[in-house]
Amino acid sequence: MAQTLFEKIWNRHVVKTIDGGPSVLYIDRHFIHEVTSPQAFTGLNKRGIKVFRPAQIVATADHNVPTLNQHLPIKEELSRLQVDALIKNCAEHGVELYGLGHPYQGIVHVIGPELGVTQPGMTIVCGDSHTSTHGAFGAIAFGIGTSEVEMVMATQCLLQSKPKLMRINIEGQLKPGVVSKDIVLHIIAQISASGATGFAVEYAGSAIRALSMEARMTICNMSIEMGARCGLIAPDETTFSYLKGKEFAPAGEAWDKALTDWKTLFSDKDAAFDEEIFIKAADIEPMITYGTNPGMGISVNGAVPALNEIPVSEQKGFEKSLAYMGLEAGEHIKGKKVDYVFIGSCTNSRIEDLRQVAAIVKGKQKAADVEVWIVPGSKQVEAQARAEGLDKIFETAGFQLRQPGCSACLGMNEDKIPAGKYCISTSNRNFEGRQGQGARTFLASPLTAAAAAITGVVTDVHDWIHSNEEVNA
Amino acid sequence: MSKAIKHISSTVVPLQLENVDTDQIIPARFLKATNRDGFGKNLFRDWRYENDSDDQPRKDFVLNNPTYKGSILVAGRNFGCGSSREHAAWALKDAGFDVVVSSFFADIFKNNSLNNFLLPVTVSPDFLAQIFSAVEADATSVIEVDLPAQTITIKATGVTESFEINSYKKTCLLNGYDDIDYLLSMKSEIETFENSVTR
Ligand code: SF4
Repeated sequence: MAQTLFEKIWNRHVVKTIDGGPSVLYIDRHFIHEVTSPQAFTGLNKRGIKVFRPAQIVATADHNVPTLNQHLPIKEELSRLQVDALIKNCAEHGVELYGLGHPYQGIVHVIGPELGVTQPGMTIVCGDSHTSTHGAFGAIAFGIGTSEVEMVMATQCLLQSKPKLMRINIEGQLKPGVVSKDIVLHIIAQISASGATGFAVEYAGSAIRALSMEARMTICNMSIEMGARCGLIAPDETTFSYLKGKEFAPAGEAWDKALTDWKTLFSDKDAAFDEEIFIKAADIEPMITYGTNPGMGISVNGAVPALNEIPVSEQKGFEKSLAYMGLEAGEHIKGKKVDYVFIGSCTNSRIEDLRQVAAIVKGKQKAADVEVWIVPGSKQVEAQARAEGLDKIFETAGFQLRQPGCSACLGMNEDKIPAGKYCISTSNRNFEGRQGQGARTFLASPLTAAAAAITGVVTDVHDWIHSNEEVNA
Repeated sequence: MSKAIKHISSTVVPLQLENVDTDQIIPARFLKATNRDGFGKNLFRDWRYENDSDDQPRKDFVLNNPTYKGSILVAGRNFGCGSSREHAAWALKDAGFDVVVSSFFADIFKNNSLNNFLLPVTVSPDFLAQIFSAVEADATSVIEVDLPAQTITIKATGVTESFEINSYKKTCLLNGYDDIDYLLSMKSEIETFENSVTR
């Protein structure tokens, strides 16, 4: 029978299905970090049991860590305690930790793929909603809560109900200046922040096939922002050549064997989806969000909707959101002043993102009253950026190249956007207070964010590239 | 104290907003604890207090309005979206809620709630609107949730709706069972599965 990519992977991992209930799903890889794991370790310790399969877990410290002076002890006491608890728990339970100072440390969803821990056909979980990122390799990867982290630590399994299946097809060629972040912001703006709740979403079509692995990760990363349980893309030559030679990718005979298997991972021609969406790549514009959920996105050339364009039941939330953002209904976004530019997070902090930014800001300087933070996703990304001399370009531009971590993606570590300030951010969430209490977030692509860093205002990167012909993004 | 949930009958706290994300339910800066207790005091922290100060409750926020109390929170659609932080469920439970009613819940939040004996009840948009108007008309309106029968009733009007929950989870909630106990009891089947798969 014709099967979808999701079903092929799911079926291989079902240990048992409970009558009228969920399935016991076997988990291949489990990523953990300091924030959502301590209570799970405490749970195991209370039961007097050890982690069942420590070799299938990889740990890192990312949410709480400072992004300057990482060699010094963490100043903030509670953050330090949480990071210390992770070190202690991993040591006690025999879990590999890439903590601060380790050359593999970084944001959990950046390091898994770059180390080749993430592979096609796997089930992957992490106590973090953006685990959907790993689906870019053709894996079932989803975020879980701390009780579930404990379950996976204890048994390498979870109780899961099979989600419905959706396929989003993007066909054709993207316009210049439009990148994968714009694709995903466009999708979410179309189907809303809850449009894919209850679904596993497969991204397909020629525009997806044409993307690099890193660009695919950006799309899968934000699956959760449309409510999806996970997002996935069938593995292909792009996937295989990305993985080949990576630290934990199979090698030698094991590689050949894995490859034969990975090549079977695609949705069969007649496989059935519960829902299917078709989008023309050429219709996608550089996107930006104006509100306080990622579904509130528009073209950078567009205007905030008028109140009467919003369904009545949502008007109260819409008005609250605009009041928070200090914006008016119907207002144009282009030309809006920004105070901060944040290029980072598990959505857009990989080397290609940094290269894209460097390519368009090379030889230019940031606007005087804008603060620009570039936060690489991992130590490896940071090292690569320096090796390529991107650090020099950023320095000349007046940007701060910081050390890896979640940084200003969430107001949990020292990097916060002050109340009332506008930040154009390559991260994934524009919720109230997400980047710091009272902070106002515009989500956008690295290109759009970089252009704003130079002009000091929200800019259409497409116009901007044209007026700067020497630049070829 | 048994964790089990069967019948809940209570006045409600109406939070008439859509897309309430878990960053609002419990902001990131409160996630630094290494235990599960005490999150209730920071529930909806930034909507509840001005300037992050306990002395400056925002009068217009429903949790600060003494008219509304009870163990049932009623919220607009897509409640609990965003971050997977289970701290959101812990905070709601710690603040005394046993049931959250909405027309639509985000997936991870729903699982986290069930794992913490906080019952998410999904109702139709129409029924949700009826609850909001019943509470608006009379803040002492009682809502009754009957888990064995899978029904929710607005006492004042007698209008009832049934809700879905899978039978496995229902058994867990009614009896106070945890998923982890079940999974631990399956250890040998899990090992057999591991051995049967060549990875
Ligand atoms: S970068 Fe942001 S979204 Fe990604 S894992 Fe860190 S906090 Fe979560």
